[in-house]
Amino acid sequence: MTSAEVPVASGGMSDSVRLRLQQLGAFAGLIIIVIFFAIVSDNFFSYDNLVNNVLVSVVLVGILALGGTFVIITGGIDLSVGFGMGVMGMIAGRTLISMNLPLWLGILLTLLAGALIGFINGFNISILGMPPFIATLAMMLICQGLRIVLSDGGASIYFDKLPAFQDIANGELIPKVPNQVLVFIGAAIIAWILLNRTLLGRYTYAIGSNEAATALSGINTRKWKIIVYTVAGVFTGLAGIVSAARLGASPAAGTGYELQAIAAVVIGGTSLAGGSGTIVGTVIGALIIGVLNNGLQTMSVPQQWQYVILGVVILIAVYIDMLRKRSTSTLG
Amino acid sequence: MSTPGTGPTAANLRKPAMSDPQGSDPQGSDPLGSEQGPDSQGGPAGAPEQPYLLEVSGVDKSFPGVKALSGMHLNLRHGEVLALVGENGAGKSTLMKLLSGIYQPDAGHFALDGKPFRVSSPKQAQDLGIAIIHQEFNLMPDLTVAENIFIGQERAKAGIFTNDRSLNRRARELLDRLQLPLNPRARVGTLTVAKQQMVEIAKALSYDARVLIMDEPTAALNDAEVATLHGLIRRYVTSDTGVIYISHKMDELQAISQRITVIRDGAFIDTLDTRTSTMKDVISRMVGRELRSDAAPENVRGDRDVVLQVSGLSTKDLLKNVSFELREGEILGFAGLMGAGRTEVARAIVGADKRSSGSILLRGKRIDPANPAQAAEKGIGYLSEDRKHYGLLLNQNVTSNVALSSLGDQFSRFGFVADGAARNRTKELVQTLRVKTPSVNQIVQNLSGGNQQKVVIAKWLVKDCDVLIFDEPTRGIDVGAKEEIYQLLNRLAKDGKSIIMISSELPEVLRMSHRVIVMSEGRVTGELSAGEANSESVMHLATLRPDENPQDAAELGLPTAGTGTASSDGPAPPIDSSSTAATPSVSTDSSDSTDSTDRKGQQR
Repeated sequence: MTSAEVPVASGGMSDSVRLRLQQLGAFAGLIIIVIFFAIVSDNFFSYDNLVNNVLVSVVLVGILALGGTFVIITGGIDLSVGFGMGVMGMIAGRTLISMNLPLWLGILLTLLAGALIGFINGFNISILGMPPFIATLAMMLICQGLRIVLSDGGASIYFDKLPAFQDIANGELIPKVPNQVLVFIGAAIIAWILLNRTLLGRYTYAIGSNEAATALSGINTRKWKIIVYTVAGVFTGLAGIVSAARLGASPAAGTGYELQAIAAVVIGGTSLAGGSGTIVGTVIGALIIGVLNNGLQTMSVPQQWQYVILGVVILIAVYIDMLRKRSTSTLG
Repeated sequence: MSTPGTGPTAANLRKPAMSDPQGSDPQGSDPLGSEQGPDSQGGPAGAPEQPYLLEVSGVDKSFPGVKALSGMHLNLRHGEVLALVGENGAGKSTLMKLLSGIYQPDAGHFALDGKPFRVSSPKQAQDLGIAIIHQEFNLMPDLTVAENIFIGQERAKAGIFTNDRSLNRRARELLDRLQLPLNPRARVGTLTVAKQQMVEIAKALSYDARVLIMDEPTAALNDAEVATLHGLIRRYVTSDTGVIYISHKMDELQAISQRITVIRDGAFIDTLDTRTSTMKDVISRMVGRELRSDAAPENVRGDRDVVLQVSGLSTKDLLKNVSFELREGEILGFAGLMGAGRTEVARAIVGADKRSSGSILLRGKRIDPANPAQAAEKGIGYLSEDRKHYGLLLNQNVTSNVALSSLGDQFSRFGFVADGAARNRTKELVQTLRVKTPSVNQIVQNLSGGNQQKVVIAKWLVKDCDVLIFDEPTRGIDVGAKEEIYQLLNRLAKDGKSIIMISSELPEVLRMSHRVIVMSEGRVTGELSAGEANSESVMHLATLRPDENPQDAAELGLPTAGTGTASSDGPAPPIDSSSTAATPSVSTDSSDSTDSTDRKGQQR
């Protein structure tokens, strides 16, 4: 999927050689890591491990990172998506199990709840003028509490009665491919279309490039920023659904996911300063994180060292990105 | 430059052949030599007189697409205030940035006291004793006066602990020596602009700077503050120091400077002795080429329909009761000094800033745009003076920029962007506007200033706005490209667009405007027809300061001086600006109309 998208992305959008290089860089990094683990670890390079462990482990962070890509391209940040995902899982549980609503309605309400949280973030940032970091940090705390408030007295809500819901994550429409992987691929395609083919995407890049100039060009930047955060919220809702469908809605769900999602976006070459970034890059970034975690696990590297290594990888990725930008800016 | 810094060599360098590439009569060091005594002494090789305090010669500097300086040449004597004048874009700020080490020159020679030097960083400029006070202050508003003055030169105990008491004492000493009425412990953010500037000066002088360069130091000061500043400058100048004073305000140059160096289009034009020169001499050299050209406003007609009528427009910060009319197919010039409020008028009209009162009629219908998006919907586009910050998506390509405003209504269907259509329309405009770009996929950052401006214009042409507000349309654009922009504006007007052109360049206002609105201190101080407008009449109105000067208030019919509102603001005939305060009104249609709208606005 990723390699096939590269030429399409660069052909249509804002530009071309530069973005292609950026994606190639991240993609090359991914390939190198995969080859490395394939050589040093016996258990890494098998279909079972790559799909059922690597891909599945990437799904939640990946979906959150898709929404995060929009936000970060505008020059913003969304810290609320991790715990937000936990809240969304609870909302799925409350609507589908406690209230016994039909499957489609529960899913819809969960996505709407995600949109609402995103909308509130967007409103606070765009209309009230709060810094994105602070506004979403506050929302993160709110969600951290709400996911427990909404839980079953601090216990998880399970969906054993509702196998159709669990199938969203664990079913296999295509043999040997878990549905949650398909959900991620589908979400990535939708995100790609939104970012590359719609007004929302254009204005996302425009706001990140130069918000003042965009506003003076007659674009209602306040409205579009709210929409961007709302879209990120919908992706949070989707991640919450997948997470709940996978293992049930846990009041502990989502911890630390916001940082992993941001890391995926950044490793994928999206600039925290805004204005540039791609969905393909974000998907690769998420895969790099997944492969690293899994590969280190198969090599029996302890969890704590995995964090250390992931941190170092982020530093390297960001530094390479800065070098690349410096070289293009001296050309210009 | 590998020249050794000995006296005779430095003297020789004062007349390098390369310093005036054009070699035409009014340029280079010949007129200098003939007009300036000390300069001609410096001419003969080996003459043992004192070298200049600061000498700049043969300096070239290019940016992609623009030659900012060529053969630039300037010298500052010991104990002198040298005024540096030139239009916007003449190269003053580039020269300053070379002297402060922000830019590196492509070629040229710099010498301090005859010793050649190269500045590679602002820190090094400080160490050499060159201090520059930029128009925008480099102050930290949350720190105190003393902390700002000595930032980077704190003497910390054990390299760690700062000592506020000694810092404040050192600041006190410095401020006393400079006779500046500042409290070292005051927070800089709470000070007035004038006092902040004093902090900047104190900071610069704390380095024992020998050359002080001030860029438009009085742009935001009132008369009393200007006098204080000039007093400070006079105290600063000794036989060992000198000041380069950049300003547009002619009366100030006469008050403070000994000589005036005029530059234009990146080249040295002339250096005049202030005492023996008139302001006319300076202005004619400043605007040179453009005054000579026969270009004049095209298609001036008085019988057009009013498209935009603004009355009583005020904002909380600056604008007071601004009223004017814009007619179809007209280029309406907005002239005034910096800070007069011209940009603010534009921003208030399109809703980028909040209006506190006033009404806007578009073709007779009241509109009330709350943001630029709503203004654009109504067909009013604003092209900012600062293209990089307010006009362009620099890291995006030509198509993205041109299509930006019209994506929603022309280049999309159901929210999906039609790239092909946007690209085709962009290609069309790139051709008609003759934008020099390898393709519409070029990143805008890589285009020259003139072509970037065309991209912004193309954006608004695609949007099909009827009213276009150009704020400094040729700022940062080189001469050839300026001409193209002018032709483009004329063509747009001819095609029925109504254009407001805000410009600080007087020749530009005069050659383009069908009518001229002049502003000062947030007010419209007059309206001139193309026939009435000339440098003197515009400058006169632009320098009226009704808030400080009762005579000016009376001339404008403002109630400050106790006179009624009936007196007219007829454009003053071009006489020396000092004696025009009591000029009887020359009644014209235009002045009547502004007057009446003024009154209407005041009642509201």
